[in-house]
Amino acid sequence: MGSVKFRTYHEVAGTDVSDLAGQVGRQRQHVAKRLESIGRVVAVMSGKGGVGKSYVTAGLALAASARGRSVGVLDADLAGPTVARMLQAAGPLTLDQAGVHPAIGTNGVRVFSTDMLLGDGAPLRWKGEHNEPFVWRGALDAGALREFLSDVVWGPLDLLLVDLPPGTDRLQDLAELVPNLAGVIAVTLPSQESERAVARAMQAAVDAGLRLLGVVENMSGYLCPGCATTSPLFRGDAGQTLALSFGVPLLEQVPFTPSIRPSGRPAVLTAVLP
Amino acid sequence: MKFLCIECDQQMQFEDRSLPGDGTFGAAFKCPGCGRSIAMLANPMETQLVESLGVKIGGRTLDQQPLELVRSSLAGRDDAFSERPDGRTAGRPVDWSPEATERLARVPGFVRGMVKRIYVDYAREHEIACITPDMMDRARSELGLEGM
Repeated sequence: MGSVKFRTYHEVAGTDVSDLAGQVGRQRQHVAKRLESIGRVVAVMSGKGGVGKSYVTAGLALAASARGRSVGVLDADLAGPTVARMLQAAGPLTLDQAGVHPAIGTNGVRVFSTDMLLGDGAPLRWKGEHNEPFVWRGALDAGALREFLSDVVWGPLDLLLVDLPPGTDRLQDLAELVPNLAGVIAVTLPSQESERAVARAMQAAVDAGLRLLGVVENMSGYLCPGCATTSPLFRGDAGQTLALSFGVPLLEQVPFTPSIRPSGRPAVLTAVLP
Repeated sequence: MKFLCIECDQQMQFEDRSLPGDGTFGAAFKCPGCGRSIAMLANPMETQLVESLGVKIGGRTLDQQPLELVRSSLAGRDDAFSERPDGRTAGRPVDWSPEATERLARVPGFVRGMVKRIYVDYAREHEIACITPDMMDRARSELGLEGM
């Protein structure tokens, strides 16, 4: 046969029946189509775990729904889902040809979360994890987020809140999947440690071309249910510092309380609602 | 992805795909010029990587199903979903023979619900009380469902 002379992919005439790029493009179109009925998509993020993103998300959802807005919450924290329980939303989920219908939580908030897909106490695990999972696990996580956006029958919503996991990976996935993302709210604790981690995440959001809507400082003191006085829990003023650094408003300072309360400050709702 | 028959300098045509076991993915291509066939075999890691993107080598023959990737890949609870089959399968219950149940279990998870509904609808339309492999074969033949 002699030496083989290769041609390029595009030099070979004929269609590519696999058309993988086309399949990916149609997936993106599916997401865009589903989100057409949603007024605004807002992400709630932090660079640090344990700051109360889900708590803040739930409070925002309750506050917006209490004002008559239709609200959905997508729990993008696949491995550590918590917001569904906070909003008292549970499965089983209804499935039909239109897609998967979200669970209905407190105040009629529509919720979708891996919490409804995983067994009680079971960690997130993808099948076939013996096959070098480090290669493809990230792709599966991103694919799951894509399906949660495209295949959940959200219906008409004024606001869809996306509760992101710690870190910035899912934020960048979200930015690619939802080009018209209305913006991002950053959640921090008052501490300097939190400030440093959240600053990195906020910078990642800026680098991704996303709009920072503002900062919410959570656990900003302890509100005593007995005497109604607030005492500091952490040293620092990360909320104010981050807001000044990035030129965005400090939307709310939320004291620690044992129960979830709707967000109380109009500034937060003004930032997220259409 | 394109496969080129070097002898004929023609693009080979996609023929078939299969999952022969152990996570291997196989796709067959045939040269329209000389008729030579080749099989592309992807190892389990490669197969998993492609599946993780939610795409199909050889293109799609069925529309993407809701949460197809998640339902086929997540090791989750069995009772996460209650199917609402658009009213078409509402009616009297239909039994499944053990052999038919076993055969249905071999259908890939992401289309199993849809395939099940097709067989149940067929059984009801033909007043069949129990689905068996023979009935599944008849339905496949009559409805043009080869591969299901």
